[in-house]
Amino acid sequence: MNWTWLKANAGEIAGWFAIHAVLAAVPLVIGLAIALPLGWLANRNRIVYPPMLTFSGLLYTIPSLALFVLLPGILGTQILDPINVVAALSVYTVALLVRVVADGLASVPPDVVQAARAMGYGEFGLLVRVQLPVAVPVIAAGMRVAAVTNVSLVSVAAVIGVPELGQLFTEGFQLYFYTPIIAGIVLCVVLAMIFDATVVGIARWLTPWRRAGRSA
Amino acid sequence: MIGSIAAWFTDPANWQGPDGIPARLLEHVEYSVIALLVAALLGLSLGLLIGHTGRGTFLVAGVANSLRALPTLGLLILVVLLLAPRISGDLAFTIPALLVLVLLAVPPILTNTYAGVQNVDPGARDAASGMGMTGGQVLWRVEFPCALPLILSGGRSAALQIISTATVAAYVSLGGFGRYVIDGLSQHDYAKMAAGALLVAALAVVADLLLALVQRYVVSPGLSGRYRGAAVGPQGAAARMGADNPAAG
Repeated sequence: MNWTWLKANAGEIAGWFAIHAVLAAVPLVIGLAIALPLGWLANRNRIVYPPMLTFSGLLYTIPSLALFVLLPGILGTQILDPINVVAALSVYTVALLVRVVADGLASVPPDVVQAARAMGYGEFGLLVRVQLPVAVPVIAAGMRVAAVTNVSLVSVAAVIGVPELGQLFTEGFQLYFYTPIIAGIVLCVVLAMIFDATVVGIARWLTPWRRAGRSA
Repeated sequence: MIGSIAAWFTDPANWQGPDGIPARLLEHVEYSVIALLVAALLGLSLGLLIGHTGRGTFLVAGVANSLRALPTLGLLILVVLLLAPRISGDLAFTIPALLVLVLLAVPPILTNTYAGVQNVDPGARDAASGMGMTGGQVLWRVEFPCALPLILSGGRSAALQIISTATVAAYVSLGGFGRYVIDGLSQHDYAKMAAGALLVAALAVVADLLLALVQRYVVSPGLSGRYRGAAVGPQGAAARMGADNPAAG
């Protein structure tokens, strides 16, 4: 490791770290926001379920580099526009989470749903105050996979020149220099761990009854 | 935009020679099949061993989760820089890249094999040993077939991971469809890049469909629900084992 190089470039690397975090985090929020209604629909309407899952499976099949290249053609953006990365990762997040949300909602015990209905919950209240909270652990498990995968996929965008931590890899390759590559891998893993811990933390905060049950 | 991509596809020059679509397809498929076979061999044997004996489970959880967090591009470049100078000739860049493809494909196969074997109904396993099967027979005749659906979906994830990473590996001079994306970028030829991206996407979708088909026909009819009157899922298989053997009822 060449520490002098790291120190000299610390500012730039910190900037890439921040951009990387944003490029990986925004699609998680967008993806969840889109996947929630779609997953709800897929769970509610069993006719929609198979085609929706087939379609999202198909989207998940497309290699990331291909999507980064194709989206500018579809969206009319520039090839280096970071919007492409956000859009591509949002597509993956939705594709992954639609199934997770649908299965999570399906995992809510029917007697819980019936009890809530008997207590007078309407369709929306039932979803927001009963079904979603009970499904949080399942959805959070999916979010953890999406979060960690997104961090890794963002770095692929460096191949087509989007500046983020992946830049350390391409730079290291061109200069035949190990320090930036190792720094990049370590920072990506650290970022992935931070994302993972954040999702776990939010899920714990959203489900206080699970903690109460354990300590009692 | 669409016109220029269509023009790229209809240009006969792009259908012949070492940079033609058939040659690049062959390369991409070749790397993918080699990597998938090696990864399947490693992942299956380790997964079956860990699942059957219950030893080394920490390996499964730890390795699988940490490998997902590793950036594929960084790993590719690091391994290529480390190994390429030590390998002479044409394969200097191919072997390190293939190594990374295998490394990334082992975890999904390993974890799914392990989980598949672990999830086999204990009743089915007990019934098999009760019938006098040895450990090896229980593994091959009961645990392996029952775990097959999960093993094959692990194989599908692994195949997609390989095809996707092989595309990125064009950056470290691997052949295949990724070449069009990387070369198109340096030549400022968006039509070429988009064509490469479309070809890779099509390859991934076709490979996934083929593996889904394999999954459909290889899995025992008693498990997949194609057996007439059988219940779906592993419980169905266990129930059937019980039904076939009146003494077990």
